[in-house]
Amino acid sequence: MADDDIILSELDDEELVLQMHDDLYDGLKEEIEEGVRILLDRGWAPYDVLTKALVAGMTIVGADFRDGILFVPEVLLAANAMKAGMAILKPLLAETGAPKVGKMVIGTVKGDIHDIGKNLVGMMMEGAGFEVVDLGINNPVEKYIEALEREEADILGMSALLTTTMPYMKVVIDTMKEKGMRDDFIVLVGGAPLNEEFGRAIGADAYCRDAAVAVQTAKDFMARKHNSLA
Amino acid sequence: MSDPLSRLLETRDWLLADGATGTNLFNMGLSSGEAPELWNTDQPENILALYRSAVAAGSDIFLTNSFGANAARLKLHGAEGRVRELNRIAAELGREVADAAGHAVVVAGSMGPTGEIMAPMGALTHEIAVEIFHEQAEGLKEGGADVLWVETISAAEEFRAAAEACQRAGMPWCGTMSFDTAGRTMMGVTSAQMAALVDRLAHPPIAFGANCGVGAADLLRTILGFVAAGPERPVIAKGNAGIPKYHDGHIHYDGTPDLMAEYAVLARDAGATIIGGCCGTMPEHLRAMRNALETRPRGPRPTLDEIAAKIGGFSSASDGTGEEAAGRERRGRRRG
Repeated sequence: MADDDIILSELDDEELVLQMHDDLYDGLKEEIEEGVRILLDRGWAPYDVLTKALVAGMTIVGADFRDGILFVPEVLLAANAMKAGMAILKPLLAETGAPKVGKMVIGTVKGDIHDIGKNLVGMMMEGAGFEVVDLGINNPVEKYIEALEREEADILGMSALLTTTMPYMKVVIDTMKEKGMRDDFIVLVGGAPLNEEFGRAIGADAYCRDAAVAVQTAKDFMARKHNSLA
Repeated sequence: MSDPLSRLLETRDWLLADGATGTNLFNMGLSSGEAPELWNTDQPENILALYRSAVAAGSDIFLTNSFGANAARLKLHGAEGRVRELNRIAAELGREVADAAGHAVVVAGSMGPTGEIMAPMGALTHEIAVEIFHEQAEGLKEGGADVLWVETISAAEEFRAAAEACQRAGMPWCGTMSFDTAGRTMMGVTSAQMAALVDRLAHPPIAFGANCGVGAADLLRTILGFVAAGPERPVIAKGNAGIPKYHDGHIHYDGTPDLMAEYAVLARDAGATIIGGCCGTMPEHLRAMRNALETRPRGPRPTLDEIAAKIGGFSSASDGTGEEAAGRERRGRRRG
């Protein structure tokens, strides 16, 4: 229906940003790429495109996922569209020295081979603009520590789907404490058998019920971190 | 030519399936991180013991130790070249136990998810998913499985791919999905949607239903959702023995044998024909379930309130069925 077609380049800035939020919601990758290019051509700073158009749009997606209106497939399509926009912005953000959203090291703990939840969190974190270093499955404590140091990460994400493997998260956190590096990182844990009480008991910063909560929690902690540095 | 499961279903109005595979194997010393399927060749006596324990507890059907024996999962252990062998042996060991039982016991070849996310959201295409499942199906068939048993699936696309693989192998099958996210599967499928999906398949399963998820009460709500859809084929209920709880450094499932017995009776009254357990369900739970199904009379279909009163409440207020999808207001129409 030609009458219904929206021509992105004919929208003013405010309209275009709102339309991009809708297009992210619908997981329209090419439309997001086009929108990002238009805003850049209009002289927008790459960081503003990232935060006002993309991250703000993904926040709406995350809220509706949390509220049970959207489910994983829709969120993954939105994250894919977000990533396509991000691919255009990434080199420009580096050039302009824009603040980074954050970097996360993520992996399932030693003994745990169940990775779909971890993969979802990784994809959604990338969709929210984070850099994600995926260590895969079955990670011993040394591997987490080495990656955190090598990558100069902000966040450690650990996942476990088995009741037999979740206690290993405590081993990792205790080792970080012994090395005096626990407070340098935000530690988020997740996985089907976990709960908030468990997260507290092992000394994590937060338990994240699902991938949307993980993204929101990561953003909150990063904001606090930036505030405390400022 | 009918298969052993269909024949059994003709003579009985309920069948007892088995309980947990993982929980039982961990109790036998499987270390976490190890692929349980490697025990088919490394510790076959433990797998035989697992199967025998289910049969001894009264299971009419037991699942083979092959849940993760597809190329996508075995690859994580560098064993992707052993799919055919590990599945064949899983079924052969099952055959040995079932044939020695002295009565009809069905060997169901377990096929779990690939663990990959399917296109267009993820990288796994339908064609490759069918190939992955088909390779596993052929191994189970070769080893003598009576039926294939696709379980713990979240995505409709993956369920369809598994159905096609069973068709390609020329095998009857059963299929269950895991409803663990506010009454839906992780990928958003409701019980009503699954019932509709099953009816549209070119090679429909003998029976379909739910396994795992969030505890016995949620699973029964899902069963009521299937039954409300007026299914043409038997419904399967395989719920967890309660919910895992963390106490002083160790974890246990809070479902007692008594609770699982209650769950089994409620599942039958709700309309399920094939009833079993999943994570945390041990032989003592199965014995209690069998005893309850044999001794307690059928009752009326339970309401949600009755289920909650007898075995505990639900993890979410709604399960996504019987309501209008709450959509977000859009600014304008997109080309489409």
